[in-house]
Amino acid sequence: MSLEITDELLAHHKLTREEYAEIERILGRPPNLVELGIFSVMWSEHCSYKSSKIHLKKLPTQAPWVVCGPGENAGVVDIGDGLVAVFKMESHNHPSFIEPYQGAATGVGGILRDVFTMGARPVALLDALRFGDPKAPRMRHLVSGVVAGIGGYGNCVGVPTIGGECTFHRAYDGNILVNVMCVGIARADRVFYARAAGIGNPVVYIGAKTGRDGIHGATMASAEFTAESQSLRPTVQVGDPFTEKLLIEACLELMEQDCIVAIQDMGAAGLTSSSFEMAARGGTGIELDLDAVPLREEGMSAYEILLSESQERMLFVARAGREQEAFRICRKWGLDVAIIGRVTDTGRMVIRHKGQVVADLPVAPVSGASPVYDRPAAPLPKPVPIVPESIRAAVDPPKALLQLLSCPDLASKRWIWEQYDWGVGADTILPPGLGAAVVRVHGTSKALALTTDCTPRYCAADPFVGAMQAVAEAWRNIVTVGARPLAITNCLNFGNPERPVIMAQLKAAIEGMAEACRALDFPVVSGNVSLYNETDGRAILPTPQIGGLGLLEDVNGLVRPDRARAGDQLVLIGESRGWLGASLFLREILGREEGAPPPVDLALERGNGAFVQAQMRAGRIRACQDLSDGGLAVATAELCLASDVGARLEIPVSPAEEAGWLFGEDQGRYLLAVDADLVGALLADAAKWGALARPVGTMGGDALILGSYPPISLAELRRAREAWLPSWMGEAA
Amino acid sequence: MRAAVITFPGSNCDRDLAVAMEVCFGCKVARVWHADTELPPVDLVGLPGGFSWGDYLRCGAIAARAPIMAAVRRHAERGGYVLGICNGFQILTEAGLLPGALIRNRSLKFVCRPVRLAVVNRNSSFTSAYGSGPITLPVAHHDGNYVIDPEGLARLEGEGRIVFRYLDNPNGSTADIAGVLDARGRILGMMPHPERAVDPLLGSEDGKPLFASLLAAIGG
Repeated sequence: MSLEITDELLAHHKLTREEYAEIERILGRPPNLVELGIFSVMWSEHCSYKSSKIHLKKLPTQAPWVVCGPGENAGVVDIGDGLVAVFKMESHNHPSFIEPYQGAATGVGGILRDVFTMGARPVALLDALRFGDPKAPRMRHLVSGVVAGIGGYGNCVGVPTIGGECTFHRAYDGNILVNVMCVGIARADRVFYARAAGIGNPVVYIGAKTGRDGIHGATMASAEFTAESQSLRPTVQVGDPFTEKLLIEACLELMEQDCIVAIQDMGAAGLTSSSFEMAARGGTGIELDLDAVPLREEGMSAYEILLSESQERMLFVARAGREQEAFRICRKWGLDVAIIGRVTDTGRMVIRHKGQVVADLPVAPVSGASPVYDRPAAPLPKPVPIVPESIRAAVDPPKALLQLLSCPDLASKRWIWEQYDWGVGADTILPPGLGAAVVRVHGTSKALALTTDCTPRYCAADPFVGAMQAVAEAWRNIVTVGARPLAITNCLNFGNPERPVIMAQLKAAIEGMAEACRALDFPVVSGNVSLYNETDGRAILPTPQIGGLGLLEDVNGLVRPDRARAGDQLVLIGESRGWLGASLFLREILGREEGAPPPVDLALERGNGAFVQAQMRAGRIRACQDLSDGGLAVATAELCLASDVGARLEIPVSPAEEAGWLFGEDQGRYLLAVDADLVGALLADAAKWGALARPVGTMGGDALILGSYPPISLAELRRAREAWLPSWMGEAA
Repeated sequence: MRAAVITFPGSNCDRDLAVAMEVCFGCKVARVWHADTELPPVDLVGLPGGFSWGDYLRCGAIAARAPIMAAVRRHAERGGYVLGICNGFQILTEAGLLPGALIRNRSLKFVCRPVRLAVVNRNSSFTSAYGSGPITLPVAHHDGNYVIDPEGLARLEGEGRIVFRYLDNPNGSTADIAGVLDARGRILGMMPHPERAVDPLLGSEDGKPLFASLLAAIGG
C-alpha cells in the first residue's frame, strides 16, 4: 500500500518537500506512514538541531576535568576522589505554556532521566523561568501552575530544588520559558552511555506503560505558536513522579548489579529516538517487536506506539546472562518490564507489529544524516549607547532602591521556592534565595555550587555581549561562594530561526558564549536548543540560559552572603564606570529599554575572580555578594538582608554620577564584607595583584544608609523585597 | 540501641533518617523493605518522610497496609519505640497507631521552610534532652495540617501527648500541633524533620536532642 504524499501530510509531519526528497533518496523508495513519522520526529528541530548544529560546533567543550561533553544524555565532569558530576539543562517551554502544571512537571521528569540514565543519582534541580508581563492574561495561572508542577514532581521524587531564576517581560507573554537543570553524582568508573552493543543482547523496556499521550511532542516543540495553540493540549504529556522515583531506584540498582550494557531514556520522540540513538551511537542495528511493548490502551497503531511520549519509560540493552536478575530488580520496584527487541549487526532498525515489518530503515542516515541548515542571518543593529546626560534626571536614590527591590525581576522569589522541597537529601548547605546554591556531595566533605544565569535584556540589545555576560555571571556566582567554576550546560531559547534576524541572534549568542567559555576555562558539556519561541510573529527576547557548576573541595571553604557582621568593612572589587545602558535601573525607574549592555572584559573578570578566590583562601572574606542587576546599591541591600545587619554605603561621586555609582551594572565586580582588622592586608594584596579594590562602606546598625540620604530601615528593605510576589498572587505577604 | 528504618516505594527521606540515626546513635541502622514481614530485633523503628505510593488515595494510606506494618504494630504492642516523620507521621495516623489525621495545608500549597517550635513536653523519651527555649526544624510537606476531634484533642492535652507546637503555624494545624505521642509515650509522629537538623552546615542542630533523648531512654 503506497502512501500518497500530499502537502498536507508533509505539513502535518513538519517536513519540507526537499527533506522528503532526501528521505526517498536515502531509502531508494517512498516511505510508509510509520517511517514518515519516524523521519518527522528524528529530523525535527528538537531532535536534530538542524538550524543550530553548524554554530554549536563553535562552543569549547574540552578541559582536563571534562569526562564527557555534548552528545550524550548529559555532560560529565570529574570532581575528584573517583566521583563525577553529571548535569544538563533542558527546556520545556511549549508544553508549559499550553498546560503549565504537566508541562513543567514532565520537564523535571525528563531532565532527571537524562541524568540518572548515565548512572548518576540526581542530587539537585534548578529552574530558570521567564514569564510575560505580570498584567498579561493567564500569567498568574502560568506562574502558579509551573511552580506547582515543578514542586509536585521534584518534591515527590525526592530531589531537592535548590535554585534558579524567575523574571518577567512582555516579550514572553505568548511563550514562557521553563528551563530545568539537573545535577547528579556518579562513580567515575560507573558512568553509563547510550551505546548499544553486544549482538544478540536483549533490548529491554522498563517503566510506565505506553499510551497515546504526547504523540508528536517533539514536532510541536519545533513550531511557532498561533492563537489556536492551546488546542494542542493532547500533545502534552502527563507525569507520574511516583513511577519516576521507582525508575530512578530500579535503574541505579540495575547498574549497580551490572545488568546494563547501554541505557537511554524515552524522552522526546519516545521509543523511536531512544532506539535509534542507542543503535546509532553503538554502530549497530536493532530489531524491535512492538507487540511486546506494555500498552496502556487497546488498539494502538505502530505509528502511535513509536511516537508516543508517555513519560517515565527507559530502554536498555541488558547484559547477556543478567536478564533474570534485571527482571527481578524491575519487579521488586513494581515496574513493567519486557524484552522488546535484540541488538543486531545489520545497521538497520527493523520494526515488527502484528507479524508484519512496519518499518525497515538504515539507522545512521535517520539519526545522523538529518538536514543541516546554514540559515541566513541578517546583520544585527549595533545598540546605540545611551547619552549620560539623559539620565541626570532627579532620582531619589533610596526611593529608586526600594522600587528596584520590589520590581518583579528582583523581588524575592520566596513564594516560589518555599513550594519546593529544597532540603531533602540533608545536603543543602546554601539554600535558595542567597545567590548560587550549594549542595554537599553526600558522604564527603566536597560540595557543588550551582547557578543559572542569563540577562535577556542584555541579549536583546546585543546577543554577543549578552551571552558573554551570562557565562561571566555564572562564573562569578560560583566564585562568590568560594567554589572553583568547572563547566556549564546551556539552553538556547530563541524565536523562529527561519527569520534572518533570529538566526543572527542565535549565531551571535553562540559566538559570545564560546568566547567567554574559552577565556574563563568554563567549557560547555551539555545543552539544549529551543527554537520557534514566538507567537504570531513576535519572538521572545534571545535567552541563552546558562547553568553553571563549580566545586568546593572542602565545605569549610564555603563563603556565604549571610555572614556579614556589624563593624565589617565593605570592599568593592572591580571597576565602576557607572554603566547604565540596558540596566534594570533604566528600565524600571526611567521606563527606558535602550542602550548597549555593559561591556564584558573577560581578562578582568578572570583576574578579579582569582583575586577574590585568593582572599577567600587567606580567610579574609566574611561574606561575599556578586554585583549584577541593580548594581552596588542592590548588592549592598542583599548583603544587609541576608546578614540582617544594616550598612553605610559611601557615594564618592558627584550628584550627576550618583545613579551610575549606585545602580550601574559594570561587570566583573564583587562586594566583600571584611573584618576591619584584615582590610589593610587585603588592600595591600590588591595593589600587588593589580586588582581594583576600594573600601565603600561599613556594616552596622539596622538601616541601609546611602551617602547622606535618609536611612532605609532593614524592615522597609525587607518589605520591599518580599511583598510583590505574594501580593501579585493575591495572598498576604 | 538497635534501630531500623523502613523504606516504602516512594519514601525519600529514608536514607537521611538512617544517616542521622547512625551519626547520633553511633550504631549501624538496619534498612527494612516494606514487603518484608518481620523486623530485625530492634528497639526503635523509623518511618521516614517522602511520598509512599505517590500519596495516591491519601497520604500514607497504602503504606499503612504494607506487609511490614503488621510487624511494626507487634513491635509497638511490645512497647517498642516508633518515630514517624512527615510521611511517617501520616502513615502512623492511617495505621491507627496515632490519633487524628493529616490533611492538606490550609494554604493548599506545599511548604518548605525552617519553623520555630515549642517543645511542650520535655519529659518524653523523645524530648528529655531539650532545653526550655524554642527550637528550629525544617518542614517540607503538602499535607501537614493535623486535625482531631475536640474530645481527642482534650485527651492529648490532658495526657501531655502534644510534644511539639508550631510557633508560626505553617499549615493550619489544630492547636498548632506539630508532633504527638501515643498513650504509652513510645510512638511519636511529627511533621518537622529532625533528621535534616543534625549538622551545623545544614543550618540547625536542633534535631540532635531528639535522637539523644531516645539514646538516653533506650540505652547505648
